[in-house]
Amino acid sequence: MDILNAFVAFLNFVFVPGLAYGSQLALGALGVTLIFGVLRFSNFAHGDTMAFGTAFVILFTWWFKSMGISAGPLPTALLALPFGIAVTAAFVLGTDRVVYRFYRQKKAAPIILVIASAGVMFVMNGLVRMIIGTEEQNFADGARFLLEPKAFKEWSGLAEPLAIKSTAAVTVVVAAICVAALFWFLQRTRTGKSMRAFSDNEDLALLSGINPDRVVQVTWIIAAALAVIAGTLYGLDKSYRPFIYFTLLLPIFAAAVVGGLGSPLGAIAGGYIIAFSEVIFTNAWKKVAGYLLPADWLGDGLLQALSTDYKSAVSFSILIIVLIFMPTGIFKGK
Amino acid sequence: MSQYRTPILFGGVALLFILTGVLQSWNLSLSILTMGLLSAIMAMGVNMQWGYAGLFSTGIVGSVALGGLGVVLVAAKPAPEGLAAGGWGIVAALIFAAVGIVAAVLAWPRMKPGRMRAALLVVYLIVLFWVYRTILDPAVTAVEANDPTRAGNIGGLGWNAILGWPVGALFAGLAAWIIGKIALGLRTDYLAIATLGIAEIVLMVLKNEDWLARGVKNLGIESRPWPVPYEVDLQVAPWFLTIVQDWGLNPTTASTILVKLLYCGLFTLVLLALVWMSERALHSPWGRMMRAIRDNEVSAAAMGKNVTRRHLQIFIIGSAVVGLAGAMMTSMDGQISPGSYQPLRYTFLIWIMVIVGGSGNNWGSVLGGLLIGWLYLAVEFLGPGILRHVVSVLPFPVTEDSLKDISAHTRLITLGVVLLMVLRFSPKGLLPER
Repeated sequence: MDILNAFVAFLNFVFVPGLAYGSQLALGALGVTLIFGVLRFSNFAHGDTMAFGTAFVILFTWWFKSMGISAGPLPTALLALPFGIAVTAAFVLGTDRVVYRFYRQKKAAPIILVIASAGVMFVMNGLVRMIIGTEEQNFADGARFLLEPKAFKEWSGLAEPLAIKSTAAVTVVVAAICVAALFWFLQRTRTGKSMRAFSDNEDLALLSGINPDRVVQVTWIIAAALAVIAGTLYGLDKSYRPFIYFTLLLPIFAAAVVGGLGSPLGAIAGGYIIAFSEVIFTNAWKKVAGYLLPADWLGDGLLQALSTDYKSAVSFSILIIVLIFMPTGIFKGK
Repeated sequence: MSQYRTPILFGGVALLFILTGVLQSWNLSLSILTMGLLSAIMAMGVNMQWGYAGLFSTGIVGSVALGGLGVVLVAAKPAPEGLAAGGWGIVAALIFAAVGIVAAVLAWPRMKPGRMRAALLVVYLIVLFWVYRTILDPAVTAVEANDPTRAGNIGGLGWNAILGWPVGALFAGLAAWIIGKIALGLRTDYLAIATLGIAEIVLMVLKNEDWLARGVKNLGIESRPWPVPYEVDLQVAPWFLTIVQDWGLNPTTASTILVKLLYCGLFTLVLLALVWMSERALHSPWGRMMRAIRDNEVSAAAMGKNVTRRHLQIFIIGSAVVGLAGAMMTSMDGQISPGSYQPLRYTFLIWIMVIVGGSGNNWGSVLGGLLIGWLYLAVEFLGPGILRHVVSVLPFPVTEDSLKDISAHTRLITLGVVLLMVLRFSPKGLLPER
């Protein structure tokens, strides 16, 4: 019984939150890694693209609610997603046209593009604050729990409850669908194949008649869609505060680098590695250990490796370890 | 015309400060000037990294904060009880961790590659971390338990704040050495990502580690950098009062202005010394080598230059200069407040100064620092007035509060647009590199 209780506590405090957070990071890192693969620079504006898209998703959600449209037990934001993606994709294509295309045609050094993306980041950050303000927004609706803690306790007869928030379940399902769709697109469609070819060897791809502008545009649209989905899922699961998305930049970059920049599979693995490490290192293990070990072994500490304030220190340390020991990442990126 | 470009532009900036002094107040003009001078020094440090070597760091705010930490550790009031309670335990824990990590880095290439090595590393790091926490935790608890409302930290040395300046530079340089050692020599993007992380962690440590500099409770320092006096001391000093009376000035205003003038003088001295040294360095064989590396790494490497080592060197020097400016700023503020270190203000604004002023040109960085520094702060007193005119044409009323909000958000957008415009249309900046 105690082992079961410990297992449930582990699921409740580590596995379920880690899985949801990991899915959000994986979607974010996929966007960064795609941009890197095709356009060959680290996009510092990605965090604010997430914030920008989510802001529009929230606006559409409010509008739908005011018209009485809802998705039943699912969050209304899912209905608003396509509209948010459309607005963000249009904006991002606009930035490509106004900002990035010039440097691409000039074949500027990647670092110039990084600096330009920092400029875009500012503009988007300011726009987001103007559009939706700096306050916290809670836009999750529909059913709160997929699995209620009380129902689980009654069903299992265990002392430890297990709660699965519907937002966490939605996150994992949506992320799985997105990843499947993305891989199908990259492996099976003509455009996806040309994207991979362009990413592997630009000159060869151009020689074989691939239209670079089209590849770049499709990449931006996919990256924007992934960013909006990741941002919305994160906002649903936690809550929406525009400045939070700037701090998400570090774990997302870390996930992309750990997996290997330019490798989509690596970005997904990296997302889960970073998320689970953050949760494992900042979780207070006292509850789990309490079921497994005799009480007098425990001492009075929380058995917490790092306080939750240091969450990003975990992703940073993993980033540094990977840079020292295997700079191309797990999946051998660029 | 081109030989008059520098004096004309500097004259224009001087005019801006004089106009602010005449039309607003000299106090305001001087406080903007002190910040402008500090920004100019920071911009020079960044210019060394970017303009001389083409290194892009997104962690400038971290160097600024580390410089501030250097000053408070030198100049804050000593807390001997706190230090005795656990100071040495903390030092021991930090040394233990450093030695442990260095051992791992040294052992790694000497071990046989494979899964075994990776697994051993993970186990080793976990054990290392556990032992480190076992040494650190009781020491930290003991230090923070000592008079937590007034101290609760390890205290400073109680020396004059000016002695903290080189220490601040040293701290920033040390952090740059660690980061540079790891991220330089890899893709250029990695330095940008790694510095973003280190800056975030430096700020996190400053906010959360109360034993170090009292975290968000802000740690004050006991002295002003020599020879700047306190205003209250001036106002009772007989020599000062006689001068003030002779000139028919108000003692309070005169003392604040004198203090600010002294700061300006001190900062200008440092700035000019740095410009002189950088110009000498830039026109020496070393400077030519740096520019050769920046312009073509492959051919510089073919000439037998060690590109990564030179990059590391300039990255450390640039960060140390930024740290020096951060130390000077904290000694002027009189306390360290971790909440005030905004990446926007101390990373990206400095970048804009460097690029607007002219990458690779020291005088350009100084000009950019003074000009953008003035603009950034002048928006505070000019912005709402201008905005009020703009929004007065709108059909609905806009409150003062939302006016302030909007002006803060427009500042972000303006900065971004200025960066993008200069980068695209005038990448050489106001004073191009010769």
